[in-house]
Amino acid sequence: MDVISDQNWLLSVGTFLPLAGVLVMLLIPKKEELLHKQVALGTALATLAVGIYTLIQFDYGQAQKLQFYADTEWITVIKSGYTVGLDGISLPLYMLSMVITVLVMIYSWDHIPAPGNPKAFLILMLVLQTGMAGTFIAQDLILFFVFFEVVLLPMYFMIGVWGGEERQYASLKFFLYTMFGSALMLVSFLALFYKTGAASFSIPFLIEKGISIDQDVAIWIFAGMFIGFAVKVPMFPFHTWLPDAHTQAPTAGSVILAAILLKLGTYGFVRIAIPILPQAAVKWAPAIGILAVVGIIYGALGCLAQTDMKRLIAFSSVAHMGFVMLGISTLTATGINAALFGMVAHGLITGMLFFVAGSIKERYHTLEISRLSGMLHQMPKLGWILGFCAMASLGLPGLAGFWGEFPAILSAYSPAPELSEGLFRTLMVIAALGTVLAAGYLLWLYQRTAFGEVSPEFASHGSPAHSLGAAANPDHAADEHHDDIHDVSVLEWIAWAPLLIAIVVLGLYPQLMFKVMDPAVTELVKVFNK
Amino acid sequence: MIAALRAAADFTAPPIDYHALAPEIVLGVGICVVLLIDLFVDERQRWITSSITGFVLLAAFIPVVTVGVIGDDVRSMFDGRYVIDEFALVLKALFVLAGYVVVLLSSDEIEDGGYYRGEYYVLLLSSVLGMVMMASSRDLVSIFVSLEFLSIPAYMLAAWNKRSSKSNEAGVKYYLLGVFASSVMLYGMSLLYGVTGTTLLSELGTAITAEGQFAGVEALGVVFIIVGFAFKVSAVPFHSWAPDTYEGAPTPITAFLSVASKAAGFVALVTLIYVAFPQASDVYQPFVWVLSVLSMTVGNVLALRQTNIVRMLAYSSISQGGFILMPLSVAGTGSSSEAALKAVVVYLVIYAATNLGAFAVVIAVARKTRSGEISSYGGLFGYAPALGVLMTIFMASLAGIPPLGGWFAKFGAFKAVLDAGNGWGYSIAVIGAVNAVIAAAYYVTVMREIWMKPAPDGDVTPIRTPAALQAALVITCVVTVLLGVLPDLVGRYGDLADLTGAFGR
Repeated sequence: MDVISDQNWLLSVGTFLPLAGVLVMLLIPKKEELLHKQVALGTALATLAVGIYTLIQFDYGQAQKLQFYADTEWITVIKSGYTVGLDGISLPLYMLSMVITVLVMIYSWDHIPAPGNPKAFLILMLVLQTGMAGTFIAQDLILFFVFFEVVLLPMYFMIGVWGGEERQYASLKFFLYTMFGSALMLVSFLALFYKTGAASFSIPFLIEKGISIDQDVAIWIFAGMFIGFAVKVPMFPFHTWLPDAHTQAPTAGSVILAAILLKLGTYGFVRIAIPILPQAAVKWAPAIGILAVVGIIYGALGCLAQTDMKRLIAFSSVAHMGFVMLGISTLTATGINAALFGMVAHGLITGMLFFVAGSIKERYHTLEISRLSGMLHQMPKLGWILGFCAMASLGLPGLAGFWGEFPAILSAYSPAPELSEGLFRTLMVIAALGTVLAAGYLLWLYQRTAFGEVSPEFASHGSPAHSLGAAANPDHAADEHHDDIHDVSVLEWIAWAPLLIAIVVLGLYPQLMFKVMDPAVTELVKVFNK
Repeated sequence: MIAALRAAADFTAPPIDYHALAPEIVLGVGICVVLLIDLFVDERQRWITSSITGFVLLAAFIPVVTVGVIGDDVRSMFDGRYVIDEFALVLKALFVLAGYVVVLLSSDEIEDGGYYRGEYYVLLLSSVLGMVMMASSRDLVSIFVSLEFLSIPAYMLAAWNKRSSKSNEAGVKYYLLGVFASSVMLYGMSLLYGVTGTTLLSELGTAITAEGQFAGVEALGVVFIIVGFAFKVSAVPFHSWAPDTYEGAPTPITAFLSVASKAAGFVALVTLIYVAFPQASDVYQPFVWVLSVLSMTVGNVLALRQTNIVRMLAYSSISQGGFILMPLSVAGTGSSSEAALKAVVVYLVIYAATNLGAFAVVIAVARKTRSGEISSYGGLFGYAPALGVLMTIFMASLAGIPPLGGWFAKFGAFKAVLDAGNGWGYSIAVIGAVNAVIAAAYYVTVMREIWMKPAPDGDVTPIRTPAALQAALVITCVVTVLLGVLPDLVGRYGDLADLTGAFGR
């Protein structure tokens, strides 16, 4: 694989800059909360600036090549190098991780969840950022594995310390599931290493050599990686940690989890599992496709059964990631392009939905769908944003979600030559039914929460009459909590506007991303079109 | 009589490489100095013994470094019975530095606890000296002498808290089972000597299969010797002394036993397997395989049930011992031989740093809470964030989460067994992977207490950590993180060529 190694320091700076911020913050005493927020946000913005510079310097004419490629010795005893590079597949996700971190920092400015302690919260977030960005640039399996794992502990603490009622259970489940997946993944990486002559862990090298691995062995190696990545995606039936983790995580955690962390799994398929073991991928593709479609339907049905808004969004993630995996399983350029687009779109849209859910929770102190209604009356702007995100999520043409789902379904019509057309066309039909269900649960959610009259429970709050009501019921303790049912705040606008704009822009002009990814994807699927 | 005198007159002293022996000499002199000083200073001045012990250990570290820097060639003495090669040097450095950290852990603990001080440090130094000798021993006799040298002081130290019945129990249990293990081992050694007529490991290595046939007696000897060391490294089913001894002994001694003493056992085991038993791989590989699988599984399952942090760490160290044994189960299989040796050495170094750090936190927290219950760690992150984060780092490293040291240790072990490419290797890799996940569960329990639970009784007075303990925490934490991020620092040591090079192979 060709590489371009101009400015090869750029990616390392972009990845490790957050750690510099962490070091500074470690030296500042805990009670300087404002200073911590400033340093953290400043670091995230500086990182984003490096990211934007990367975006400018990226050579779009050669997006199939690894750019800013750096390759130095790291662990010589196991022949693992510090190998980083960026191509059209990783660029959008690399940028997404930086943007989301900045936005989450802005949102957290006055939304540090209980029990407070911005110092620890923001430090964890910066460590997460390093892990996420690092995963997307790593071109060495061991380096990939290390970055992949770096996100584990910060997210565990974020859920477990700042999460909801069941946080300890949810965080432990998240931890053990992921740990189980990565243990198998690591064993597969080692097997790959030995089966290709124990020469290198470098991904470009393994892509060259992987094809020569014995078919029977390759299938097992792929299986190990499949479980490791599928847990992270999460694919049915490894998804059960996700609803718990999402529901219990604080808003910032949910957003990062949905927007970036889930993508680590799908990215692993596109970057590692499929290019290195194409022949095993062909064998596994039908199974992946079937599980993906089961996930779509199962997630949708799960959504219909939920009474908690955040849990519903979590199940919708299972369904959306099903579309992504369906696109990947077709092993065609269209399908994988759609999957990559779907990953970014899901990151933007579901991230946004979790922001909205967090803000609703903050105002009403509940996410019980049955207790919420008439949001459009009480908070018209927030209500409309929720509606907008619901539309985007169900795949309305003109918004970003459409370009992830529609081409993925389309690509199942004609999968890669070696795959069964009949099977994939069946999957296509079922997946299409899934979009109908998606429209169903999202519109139903919207109808129940935004339409109708304001529920009496909250009717008195946020209105001028409220102060009288509160005075009349001084012993009604719950009242104090609902004091501030106000519409979207300035800070929320700042945090959300980039996501909302991106959803529209990518919806209207998807070529913006497709043209970046397509050369790399075409290169990737070449092996299936012989 | 005259003939004997004449023979004595003919005796020429073997050449002695004083530079290479300097660590042992420094430690030996140090023992005498500390003993003498303890006699002549009065009670209030006794703190000086701990400082001098620390200096002695650091002084012993200097020649280890200089020998390592100067010569690539292996220094062999007494016909190859005592060898200073890179393998020995790395482990000598490990023992000396681990001893230093244990002194840091001890100084306040021993002072506040009203223990005998001078003797404590003398015994500690003696035990370290035994370990340093063990790293160089290439003869059954010198291995046995080193082993007793390092064990006997440890028996006494385990019972050092003489007013506590638990500490007495710890000492007696450790002593009785230790002596039993020594006798089994000695029996095995005598069997091998009887068959081969030599105690030199390299000669044993060739003599064991000289006949082309592997005799039953030899197999028995090999198994008995491994059983003896299995006691020493507390491998299941020879582990029963460990939890009680660890719990009862003064905590710094527990740290010492679980790290340095265990490492010494592994060093001897590695030397024997690689130099004396290379032809006996049919015997020791399955045996070590079983020991390893049992250790990690049983250790893990029992660790899950513990509520006391020291007992939990005891079972965790049994399980970690299983992981260290794992590569040895393929040590005789072709190309994985070298990988297995590296894996064991790297694992020992990283595990030592991490486990000493964990015990340092245990000591620091116990200074306030006076409790060893895991539940007493509740809210630690709230009122002592530094200790909370450090404990998190050590627990995560023990669980093997990158980028902390533990991951590379486990990685090396998996790499070695997969390198073997046979059923034994694959099966133990899968069992190990499952166990790594189980182990994460109990390490996470500690993290959960620290981060997510409220402080018991709402007691949130900060913890005052003495300077010595702080130094120990900083050293162990830096090593744990650094070795995780840049494993090359330690990974290049322990080459197979260096271990066996002394014997002209």
